[in-house]
Amino acid sequence: MNNRRRMRFTRRSFLAGTGAVAAGVSLAPRGAWSAEEAKLNFYNYDTYIGETTLDDFKDASGIAVKMDLYADNDELFAKLKEGNPGYDVIVPSNDFVERFLAADKLLPLDHGLIPNIANVESVFMDAAFDPGRKYSLTYMWGTQGIGYRKSKVSSVPDSWKTVLDSDEYSGRIALLSEGVLEVALKYLGYSYNDVDPAHIKQAEELLIKQKPHIKTFAEDNGQDLLASGEVDLTMEWNGDILQVMEEDDDISYVVPKEGSNVWQDCLCIPTGAPHPENAHKFINYILDAKAGAAIAEFIYYATPNKAARALLGDDYNKNPAIFPDEETLKKCEPAIYLGEAVQRMKDEAWTRVLAA
Amino acid sequence: MENWRRNPLVFWVVGLPPTVWLVVFFLAPLSLIWLLSFGEKRGIVDIEITWVLDNYARAFDPLYLQIFAKSLWMAGITTLICLAIGFPIALFITFAPQRWKPWLLLLIILPFWTNLLIRTYALIAVLRTRGYGNFALEWLWDQGNWLLTLVGLGEFQLLGEKFEPLVLLYNNTAVVFGLVYVHLPFMVLPLYAALDRLDRSYIEASLDLGAGHLRSFASIVVPLAKAGIISGIIITFIPALGSFLTPDLLGGTDSQMIANVIERQFKSANDWPFGAALSFILMYATFLALAVRAMMSRGGSATEAG
Repeated sequence: MNNRRRMRFTRRSFLAGTGAVAAGVSLAPRGAWSAEEAKLNFYNYDTYIGETTLDDFKDASGIAVKMDLYADNDELFAKLKEGNPGYDVIVPSNDFVERFLAADKLLPLDHGLIPNIANVESVFMDAAFDPGRKYSLTYMWGTQGIGYRKSKVSSVPDSWKTVLDSDEYSGRIALLSEGVLEVALKYLGYSYNDVDPAHIKQAEELLIKQKPHIKTFAEDNGQDLLASGEVDLTMEWNGDILQVMEEDDDISYVVPKEGSNVWQDCLCIPTGAPHPENAHKFINYILDAKAGAAIAEFIYYATPNKAARALLGDDYNKNPAIFPDEETLKKCEPAIYLGEAVQRMKDEAWTRVLAA
Repeated sequence: MENWRRNPLVFWVVGLPPTVWLVVFFLAPLSLIWLLSFGEKRGIVDIEITWVLDNYARAFDPLYLQIFAKSLWMAGITTLICLAIGFPIALFITFAPQRWKPWLLLLIILPFWTNLLIRTYALIAVLRTRGYGNFALEWLWDQGNWLLTLVGLGEFQLLGEKFEPLVLLYNNTAVVFGLVYVHLPFMVLPLYAALDRLDRSYIEASLDLGAGHLRSFASIVVPLAKAGIISGIIITFIPALGSFLTPDLLGGTDSQMIANVIERQFKSANDWPFGAALSFILMYATFLALAVRAMMSRGGSATEAG
């Protein structure tokens, strides 16, 4: 449910979305030649790849990449749900990797074809959502926290209490509509992935109680609300806040001390991909030191690629908004796919919060 | 128009493409959604059509009924405001000189040339705390203060100590404002179509026979424009009822409308059967409205005939 991306415009434009499916469908016959045609269909978020990565990959391999864009995991999942319209590489978040796996929609990766796996930090080579990383490799990772305007807060808002259980900044707070129930659970001392109906009820009541002090539940545009001065504190994904921090020195980001959500976006090959060999080549290229550094430097998210990090300066490597300190990070949890029944329970809780 | 009977070929050539279009791109997908609404989820992607009514039953939970009621209320208010603003506009265009009419109509249609999303974002730029609306008010406030100082009342701070920007965004008023802004053309165009056909000699007769302007308006113009008013109300109300983007972007913490719930079922909640059932309940409400309209217009023509 990580809607941390910028492209909010595409999210609603169904027509554009439909067009993208049509464009993504590869009509080339399969199996007519022994080698794959030199093409690749990449399905990615907007502004989530290096400026010249796709061209550089073409120069290096001769494979032309066609990139389509989606706005959030839900859109990605909805589009591939009824069958792959022709994509070779997709970038779902960790909990959606689980969902794709549960739906049997991912091809296993052949690690032998991806020698650059050696560049990936070892902690990223195993994960609860994909043991042994057989189906997915981390592309970027990050956290969910609070973006705030330094001149408008009395102290660093390093607790979820500031936005979830306090009237100090009444009317100047925005919360993200997705992930907020889970963050409320975290604040209440439960797991981000708690499924106890009583605890979810408690989180629901906390949010209803806090509603009068909240300006709006943002649709992943918390950073715009913060940048335009509409609110002074917003729950957001770190990458979004980093983006506005570049333009405004008065904005900062903190991961609250109670911990939060740590996410991973993962490179995967969906079943039915027309060019799986090219897809492996592409994934290998992204995990290359230089290519990875160029991407990380441009999009400013945390890369799992230690060889790429070695090529980048302190500006990037020592940035607390990109790489939070170890102690906070230990308290963060990845979102886990909890099954359809829990999802329905949470959606109903959220509907009640909004209707209250 | 009995010509098509003599030229069946022409009839088929002209009639077939739209029919195929309608069946393939409207009826077929709609039937699929209708089927889904009687389905049950089996795991994460599979939906089995079991002809259960659970999805509809769930929609009648007080939680969702309350949201339906709120949506009807918001759409109703929107429609009333559109009618109140749209009628004078339509009347004005009707009575404008002939050579102005196309231009005035163009002004009404012009917003459609810009995507709804862009227009909504533009509204955000106008309404937000540091938006053009508040900038304009602040300018007026400054001018007012300057004037007061000029007449020697400066020190009383009659306009307040300092300018407080109005909260124009992220509440239900903003949603209704946005909905009116978006749907006004839907109201003006059918009203104009009805008023333009109106025989002016009736109005003249009414005025000649001693009725005032208000009386003539109420007893002559409104009844004659009834068909246009009903069409306007329906084609404003229906899309307003199904809005999800406007409440999403302009609304506050309690501005959820039923279409927002439907959208979530197809995305984050991943419950297509329930989303389909909610959609069809909205659709049945729409059919009902159309049936009422048909009945009323039949009644109307019966009176005319009588």
